[in-house]
Amino acid sequence: MIEKVKRYKFLFEELVKRDFKKKYKRTILGMAWSILSPLLTLLVMKLVFTQFFGRNTPHYTTYLFCGNLVFSYFKESSDQGMQSLMGNAAIFTKVNIPKYLFLFSKNVQTLINFGLTLCVFFLFCILDHITFTWKFILLLYPICCLVLFNIGVGLILSALFVFFRDIQYLWSVFTMLLMYMSAIFYTIDRYDHIVQNLFLLNPIYLYIRYFRKIVIESTIPTIWFHLLMIVDIILVLGLGCWMYKKYNTKFLYYV
Amino acid sequence: MDVLEVKNLSIRYMTGDFKDIGLKEYVVRKLKHNYHIQEFWADKDITFSLEKGDMLGIIGTNGAGKSTLLKAISGIMEPTKGWVKREGNISALLELASGFDKDLTVKENAYLRGAMLGYTRKFMDETYSKIIEFAELEDFQDRPFKQLSSGMKSRLAFSIASLVQPDILILDEVLSVGDGAFRKKSEAKMREIIQSGATTILVSHSVQQVRELCNKVLWLNRGSQVAFGETQGICDRYEKFLQKRIE
Repeated sequence: MIEKVKRYKFLFEELVKRDFKKKYKRTILGMAWSILSPLLTLLVMKLVFTQFFGRNTPHYTTYLFCGNLVFSYFKESSDQGMQSLMGNAAIFTKVNIPKYLFLFSKNVQTLINFGLTLCVFFLFCILDHITFTWKFILLLYPICCLVLFNIGVGLILSALFVFFRDIQYLWSVFTMLLMYMSAIFYTIDRYDHIVQNLFLLNPIYLYIRYFRKIVIESTIPTIWFHLLMIVDIILVLGLGCWMYKKYNTKFLYYV
Repeated sequence: MDVLEVKNLSIRYMTGDFKDIGLKEYVVRKLKHNYHIQEFWADKDITFSLEKGDMLGIIGTNGAGKSTLLKAISGIMEPTKGWVKREGNISALLELASGFDKDLTVKENAYLRGAMLGYTRKFMDETYSKIIEFAELEDFQDRPFKQLSSGMKSRLAFSIASLVQPDILILDEVLSVGDGAFRKKSEAKMREIIQSGATTILVSHSVQQVRELCNKVLWLNRGSQVAFGETQGICDRYEKFLQKRIE
């Protein structure tokens, strides 16, 4: 394992560099845009939904931002991750290298973007008069979980995309559905208890909820909540790794 | 001692409707029983072994299974039957100019390719100037790759791959790159590599080249092994075979 890491470290670094250069096209503006785009979404949501949901929700801007922060990271990772294997078909059909490196490299890229947006998020927290407590350190837990979850989803999607190219359209419909079901701009208090529990089946909602609990309510979620997040990760990572293992030498038939 | 041993290697290749179809079409075709996959043996029962310092030429007409065999040797494909045993690291160059990124500069591409072939960063730092010099691309280092001519691209690819000291070097139609002068240079480089003790596999459509460079030949025809062994005799037979086909 360690030997493998050593062996592919240089390649991985070069892949990350390549993705980084291609993404930002060597411009400062490119980088600024990737922060600006979630902020614009936030602005739109704020303008549209404050009338409907904002009045009764304390710290509505932060409430919205929690949702957008998590969801935009998930969406970017999964969209880009899906293309990662197919986009490098010219390489993996000619050279024998671990195929998951392409996905990991994309994930480094989106994680950096997420980090930048997270900084802006904390800035907004200050503007929204949020009190920072020691509990903010716990945010590392949902972030780490989300990174792993995104890798898992990326593994599954990138493998599927090699087999079925129209997955990307189905996925964009699905992410839209997911967005509406993740309580990004509304609260779920009005639903009865059973429906509220159904929201827990949505992994993305768990991450958003965790952020809101820590940042807005300053409470720590239960141990069961933590475990539920782990279960989701094991499911997607397990399925993703299995697909990569099973089809490792078969992908090249499909490109 | 054998550096590379291939024993009873067979590969079943799939082709058919599954390429480039979406989930929708897949379901529709399945329902209409219009979904066909053809399977054929790209390589059947191939057995040979190479010792240190050997240079093997693989000859055969189009569709003989040469590229598939190389993919199995370099580990990109898995044999359906039989096995491949390798000692040491392999540097494989299959279809040279592909796999470069057109938006990156020549230097960035050189490093990326070097990394793919398993070199270390230290090695690349040390040999980069040699690579560029050999490829005669000193003036193009910071140009985007898409501005290069195809000859330049192949020259760069060859230079990167040949400046390592791999134990096994696989070259697929590589030596036909560049103009006459560069071809001479690359052949000289190949001889140097062979003399340094590397085991090399060369796929070439030029029987002349195989005769000059290789000490062993593997002749494939439609996936089957026709002959393996000493160069001149097999090349003579192969040329006769080609002659007959033309007539």
